[in-house]
Amino acid sequence: MKNKREGSPARLLAARLLTGAVGLAALAWGIAQGGYRDTLGKAVRICLECVGIG
Amino acid sequence: MDRKKRGPDFRRRCIQLVSALVYNANLPGFASGTIFKGPVKGVCVPGLNCYSCPGAIGSCPLGALQNALSNLPNKLPLYIAGILLLTGMALGRVVCGFLCPFGLVQELLHKIPTPKIKKNKWTRRLSWLKYGVLAVFAVALPIWYAFARGVPVPAFCKYICPAGTLEGGFPLMALREEYRSIAGALFGWKTLVCVVILAACIFLYRAFCRFLCPLGAVYSLFSRIALLAVRVDGDLCDNCGACVRACQMDVKRVGDHECVQCGHCAQICPKKAIYFGKEPTTWKRSKSKNSP
Repeated sequence: MKNKREGSPARLLAARLLTGAVGLAALAWGIAQGGYRDTLGKAVRICLECVGIG
Repeated sequence: MDRKKRGPDFRRRCIQLVSALVYNANLPGFASGTIFKGPVKGVCVPGLNCYSCPGAIGSCPLGALQNALSNLPNKLPLYIAGILLLTGMALGRVVCGFLCPFGLVQELLHKIPTPKIKKNKWTRRLSWLKYGVLAVFAVALPIWYAFARGVPVPAFCKYICPAGTLEGGFPLMALREEYRSIAGALFGWKTLVCVVILAACIFLYRAFCRFLCPLGAVYSLFSRIALLAVRVDGDLCDNCGACVRACQMDVKRVGDHECVQCGHCAQICPKKAIYFGKEPTTWKRSKSKNSP
């Protein structure tokens, strides 16, 4: 079935650029405020709730 | 099945297997019952893969999201938001079709020869449930627990996620006696949920993906802008509908939010109008029209 709702190429490009820019900014800002460190800190401890034990 | 039609499915299965092995490359963990603690554990793998799995070398994006939301209002979940935005924009639900270990598990279970439940209007309606699971268990409850009780609770991981039980709970319980001694009602509940979901996958194609997976729900939001996706060449397509009929997901059209981008439709399209691409064909035609 044809993709009827792809939209114009310009809008698609704009959406991708916006999403990419926001994503990169969020990632950079998140790393700067310690997001990677927080994620690592959680991930190196067994999450007893996640595995259903605690 | 002739070799030509087998090719893409075989390649996809290989990619799925390699992904699952890469995500869980800490093989010594399965022997010792310990988890990997290297620096790469702070990076999220694209698919659903519990970071408490003894083999996991990366974080689960869904678990990381819930933990990050638990830090509200002190800290916004920008790191994981950035990862999800970039992964979604680049791949969308190609992650589901190619890079998710639990998707692979479901597909393998569905190969068990039993009567199958085909998609219908009820499965289509039930497919909206995963957005509710995302909103309530993966977003609202972690935030509520953080504000109301001051404790981080990854509610989806704790109450529902079968990948955590299968990849983390069962191996750890088998390898570590101290966990067996403290397991209680929660483990019983999670085991029940896991068994029911896995059993459902035998009869319903990718039951968890279709009805419950919040990560699939997140990636589905990018279906219209994802760089890599299944596309339809409007010049070749004659709207016969063979693609939608052949698809085992609850799609209404190729590449919509229910599509896991497996590419099966591309193999059966009689007009060869479906392909994996970076951009829609309307753009390709516009570019060629404007070329000197």
